Amino acid sequence: MSIQSPAAGWFKAPSGSERVWIGIAMAWCIVMTIAMPYWLFFGKQNSTGEAYRVTPADFAARVGTFVESHKVGELQGVPIVEPAPGGDAYLLARMWQWFPVLKLRKGQTYRVHISSMDLQHGFSLQPLNMNFQVLPTYDHVLTLTPTSAGEFTIVCNEFCGIGHHLMTGRILVEE
Amino acid sequence: MSSITVSGGIPDRAPAGNHAPGAVRTCATTGLSICEVSSRFVRWHAVAAVVFLLIGGSAAILLALTRWPAVHLLSAPWYYRVLTLHGLNMLIFWILNFEVALLYFVGTTLLKSRLYSKTLAWVGFLMMVAGAIVVDVAIFQGKSDVLMTSYVPLLAAPAFYLGLILVAVGCLISVINYFGTVYIAKRDHTYEGSVPLVVFGAHAAAIIAVLTLLHAAAAIVPAFLWSIHLIDVPDPSWYRSTWWGLGHMSQQVNVCAMVSVWYFIGALTVGAKPLSESVCRGAFLLYILFINVASAHHLLTDPGVSAAWKIWNTSYAMYLAVLASMIHGFTVPASVEVAMRGKGFRRGVFGWLTAAPWSNPAFSGFLLSLVIFGFGGGITGVVLGTQQINIMAHNTLRIPGHFHVTVVGGTTLAFMAVTYYIVPLVFQREFVARALCRIQPWIFGIGITVFATGMSFAGSYGVPRRHWDVEFSGAQFATGFDSGAHVMLGIMGVGGVIAATGLFLFIGLVVATVFFGRSNAGRAMTPWHVERSSGEVARHDTDHEEHHTPGTLVLTGVFLLSFVVYYFANWKWLSDVWQVR
Ligand SMILES: [Cu+2]
Repeated sequence: MSIQSPAAGWFKAPSGSERVWIGIAMAWCIVMTIAMPYWLFFGKQNSTGEAYRVTPADFAARVGTFVESHKVGELQGVPIVEPAPGGDAYLLARMWQWFPVLKLRKGQTYRVHISSMDLQHGFSLQPLNMNFQVLPTYDHVLTLTPTSAGEFTIVCNEFCGIGHHLMTGRILVEE
Repeated sequence: MSSITVSGGIPDRAPAGNHAPGAVRTCATTGLSICEVSSRFVRWHAVAAVVFLLIGGSAAILLALTRWPAVHLLSAPWYYRVLTLHGLNMLIFWILNFEVALLYFVGTTLLKSRLYSKTLAWVGFLMMVAGAIVVDVAIFQGKSDVLMTSYVPLLAAPAFYLGLILVAVGCLISVINYFGTVYIAKRDHTYEGSVPLVVFGAHAAAIIAVLTLLHAAAAIVPAFLWSIHLIDVPDPSWYRSTWWGLGHMSQQVNVCAMVSVWYFIGALTVGAKPLSESVCRGAFLLYILFINVASAHHLLTDPGVSAAWKIWNTSYAMYLAVLASMIHGFTVPASVEVAMRGKGFRRGVFGWLTAAPWSNPAFSGFLLSLVIFGFGGGITGVVLGTQQINIMAHNTLRIPGHFHVTVVGGTTLAFMAVTYYIVPLVFQREFVARALCRIQPWIFGIGITVFATGMSFAGSYGVPRRHWDVEFSGAQFATGFDSGAHVMLGIMGVGGVIAATGLFLFIGLVVATVFFGRSNAGRAMTPWHVERSSGEVARHDTDHEEHHTPGTLVLTGVFLLSFVVYYFANWKWLSDVWQVR
């Protein structure tokens, strides 16, 4: 029994049903192991973790330049900024705001830089439910291609203090 | 024959033993030799564990009633404060204290040894309890609303970190005391041959616990030094990976402890023995070798961590650990099936299962724990831990939806189940209100399953974890979730109330029993179930019988099918979201 020392010579290869099950389980684990690298090369959704070190002050300055040069309007007092297709976009996270509002075009690809001014935040794009971690001092670059048009919300899903639930932002996507 | 199967199964040869005279008694129920010194610490740690379970459970019901949108009980500051309290009391203080009790119990009882050091046991126990009290007080003082993970640069009061360090060091000392016990048992030849399987599983838990506690020190000590202005703020990315070396690896300690408890209860209730010792031990070995990078699961959408690193650390290492769990998931029910068939219950594919001792709360708790952990926790865990699929899960309610079926429906329920033997055997008290004891695992198991199902599917709608208000009232850009998400949060709330009922019932039964239960000192405990007769003659297992487990193969086949369907459905859902690299 499992609560007694086994009799000598207990080391045996599995047999019967147990052997069958181990074989099936191993095969399944191999399938799952192959699936991830397969998707990295052939799938369209990957988290590559591309990031660069940046001080909050430097990042804020880059966001400022981006807003100045690409601003196309305002939404509830927040600038709407439209990056050039294929170009860089900037999104700043801080307690408790995503800044600015981004305006993108469906089917175009953008390099979206995201960083935090203060605490850790969670970039959570709804209702698509795509989620990425945002850290201070790290410029997280998402190479993003919207495949649907409409108005999307960014909520924060990393706890960042008492006003955490107030932290929402917008991404507008045109056809 | 007594209904406690082990009573007939213990060989008569007297253990060599290394106890001081009078410091050991023979258990009248199981025939095991119980070290009196060790028992005292088993009792102290168990009592502490239950107290922390009460604190964490009281927090749990407040949280469930807050995240149930129709109720929304707590204010925002109290929600985050109580959430911090809940995580630490449940995942750290309750679980670790119970695990130390288990280590002391199996280390001395199954190896027939005395406890290595009473001094270390006292120091470890007092540090663990003092540290936990310091942390809880710091939380209630309101300057440590940092949640369990205390991600820098979120700052807690220095006492918060100091308390955690005390708990970690106290636990480390207790684990060292376990290894000391193992050492003197070997030295004094208190057992022959290899250690029993349950002890082997405890070894695995203890080894992983040491690695976990070292990571705890590496993460929390710098945070503490930062909180008292001695060093600069630690790097947030470095802190996350180190913290999860503690946070996720500790869950593997729980898995090892839980699986050991499964084997232990299987042996106590139906006399189960492993189909093959080498397979079960090999699976524990896989846990020790390949679980160490599970911290990767929490960094899958992090910046600064490459796709190659993420994939390597979730597949090569993780799937060997997954394989280990799939092996235990088969061998545990298979050993029960073989034991029941050996008793003559051979009718059909599932005759052995329907005839199992379901009136025994240890048995029902154990099988519920196995099913909930496997179907709920195992499948969701692997899917969420798939690098790319994690994009749709990171920091949503899918994550706590997963770990509430592993560590609560799995580990905690298994620990509750084994308590139905620990209390009569170590506290030597007969359980009160035995009818309630028999239904308690069902209430808790069903409640936590409903709870986690609601939570998990709310997460699939994108509902964040650790979030006070899914209505986002007052936010700059108004938003909210689909009505389906609200239905799921309601289901979660109802499940939470049921699970909390089962939890408080458990605590009530244990406390009432320890204080008012009838003593059974000197005689066997009242059996939980009466051994039924199959009408067929029990026969000794032939080699063929031992490896013939059609019922278990069907059950694991259903499990694998669910696994495959959910896995590929998630890849399909992923292919529908925006393209990202
Ligand atoms: Cu935030």
